Amino acid sequence: MAGVAELLEGKRVCICAGSGGVGKTTTSAAIAAGMAARGKKVAVLTIDPAKRLADSLGLPELGNTERQVDPSLFAEAGVDPGEGELWAMMLDAKATFDEVVRRHAPDEETRDRILANRIYQQLSGALAGSQEYMAMEKLFEIWAEDRYDLLVLDTPPTRNALDFLDAPRRLTQFIEGRALQVFLRPTGLATRVIGGGTSMAFSVLKRITGIDLLQDLSEFFQAFSGMVGGFRERAKRVNELLADEQTSFLVVCGPQGEPITEAVYFHRKLIQAGLPFGGVVVNKVHLGFDGADSAHGEGALADPLERQLGDEDLARRVAENFADYRILAERDGRNVRRLAKHMRTRAVIQVPYLDRDVHDLAGLMEVNGYLFAADAAERERIAAEP
Amino acid sequence: MRDLLDKRLVIVTGKGGVGKSTVALAMGLAAAERGKRAIVCEVSAQEGLSRVFHRAEVGFHEVEMAENLWAISIDPDEAMREYVLLQLKVKAMRDLLFRSRIFNYLAAATPGLRELVTIGKIWELAQPDRKVKQGNTYDVVIVDAPATGHGVGFLQTPKTFSSIARVGPIRAQADTLDAFITDDRKTGVAIVATGEEMPVNESASLERALKEEVGASVDRVYLNGLYPERFAAGELPAIEAGAAEAKGSVRAACRAALSQARRAEAQREQLARLRTLVKAPVSTLPYVFEPQLELEQIRRIAAEVS
Repeated sequence: MAGVAELLEGKRVCICAGSGGVGKTTTSAAIAAGMAARGKKVAVLTIDPAKRLADSLGLPELGNTERQVDPSLFAEAGVDPGEGELWAMMLDAKATFDEVVRRHAPDEETRDRILANRIYQQLSGALAGSQEYMAMEKLFEIWAEDRYDLLVLDTPPTRNALDFLDAPRRLTQFIEGRALQVFLRPTGLATRVIGGGTSMAFSVLKRITGIDLLQDLSEFFQAFSGMVGGFRERAKRVNELLADEQTSFLVVCGPQGEPITEAVYFHRKLIQAGLPFGGVVVNKVHLGFDGADSAHGEGALADPLERQLGDEDLARRVAENFADYRILAERDGRNVRRLAKHMRTRAVIQVPYLDRDVHDLAGLMEVNGYLFAADAAERERIAAEP
Repeated sequence: MRDLLDKRLVIVTGKGGVGKSTVALAMGLAAAERGKRAIVCEVSAQEGLSRVFHRAEVGFHEVEMAENLWAISIDPDEAMREYVLLQLKVKAMRDLLFRSRIFNYLAAATPGLRELVTIGKIWELAQPDRKVKQGNTYDVVIVDAPATGHGVGFLQTPKTFSSIARVGPIRAQADTLDAFITDDRKTGVAIVATGEEMPVNESASLERALKEEVGASVDRVYLNGLYPERFAAGELPAIEAGAAEAKGSVRAACRAALSQARRAEAQREQLARLRTLVKAPVSTLPYVFEPQLELEQIRRIAAEVS
């Protein structure tokens, strides 16, 4: 069984993917901090609008550019990173979209038309898959600048972990749509140049939307059509980066039934898409205790517990709590085995449900004890420490 | 809580993975038990409800799941179609539109339109005088809304369209929706959190964003999954000693107890933080020690949501 350091050997890009609420941001930050502690220059990119990463790294705010995490925080956490550096940025999807428009617009007029369009201003953040696409854009941009040994991407908290895989394709499709091309004739809404059926469809549409909204939309799509070439080329290169052998996808999930099912599905999609799967991280696992005799029922434990604790009532409550814990540990064990079987992988890294929250560098380093443990024995040794 | 379930629409939101769907369903069950006709809406094809009730997918239909409790999974494409059907009474016009490539393209590509028609459908469900033929009348509509980051944008959509469309039917519709979700006599908002640092922080910023960017005030914040306080502080040294000295199952049981006690304490610290950070009243919901939440356990939570 491998740890994260082995999984990321020779990799330049690590993409942490999974559904919302499974600890992706913490895992991404922990991996980045762990690799920085091993002497690498690492940048972690997160898109979360709730500024989770900023919280977890003690940064008051993160802009759309990378900021270095204060090296003294490593010292406080008792780590000497040597040459290593940890950088972090929180992606601003809107600002990135503006940058993309500036880059791909064929001329200044088109650029200004898009940036001034009311629909663009209000809704560029809501465009299908735009957050996801912008994460990829930024990843690609920073990767192309070649300033880091490793980039760790914390993907957007979509309900469906696959949305972002699809994002470059969807956005390209969006501006390439054939129907759009009809819509985008230079005269736009002028009914003379478009077919009779289309013109009638327009007049019906007008009833539903109102004429000004339709005009704004027409403007919006027209302006975008000038950027098809640039977008297509860029999307192609982003896809090449994702499929590159220096890239590794880590699937992050929780130990409950639904997150496991989603992780299995996501793994299958990665393989189908020909993308490099590295391993899976299961967070907040209720680990089984070695040496705890499963035949030992609640009743059988009562006496030895009472002898140890010297209090009958306390012993009863400790036994009761242990029974509850074991229900969860058994469930998690079952789910993790199911995960490993379906993914046909041994690279399943389990992070136990820790006694305390992780919200600073010291906490991230504690998580790293599990993420980077080279083998199961080492992990168990760590788990056995009080 | 009596006030919250007395509203026509209740929006349940919060960070991903905190149990929003469970809380939304528990609220639906609580309302139904009180004799109200309630419907729970899923908005992103999670289909979690069908699992709990052991049924085939709910889909874009109002399905009765239990006495007085209905469910629907709102698919934006279906909602869009229904909206057009309601707007255009002449069949020939509708057919013309549905066949047109322009319409299909715009319906799929226009930013925010899917969210707008989804909220439109939620609003329609909450009307005493339903627009849809043979639609049931509900006393309360409970929405399992998207998670934090997307949730504010989702609820902001009507306001956004109001500002983009100066005149016309979309403008009128968007104004109606916005007025409804910002009217605190009709619409209530509940945020779900867990007793951890990040969900607590996010709940506070979510409450603020909902107020400032949507104009909706939060009625209740739930701290979900609260551990029971099983051990008193004075008992911990004995348990710690057991975790260090004993062997086998006794040691494991003591370590589990220690872990539980630390978690329970940390959760209570977060609960105190939550109470100072949010303006809305905070209620707690118990952790359920079961491999998977079934209807029976969700009914237990339903007894606690009020």
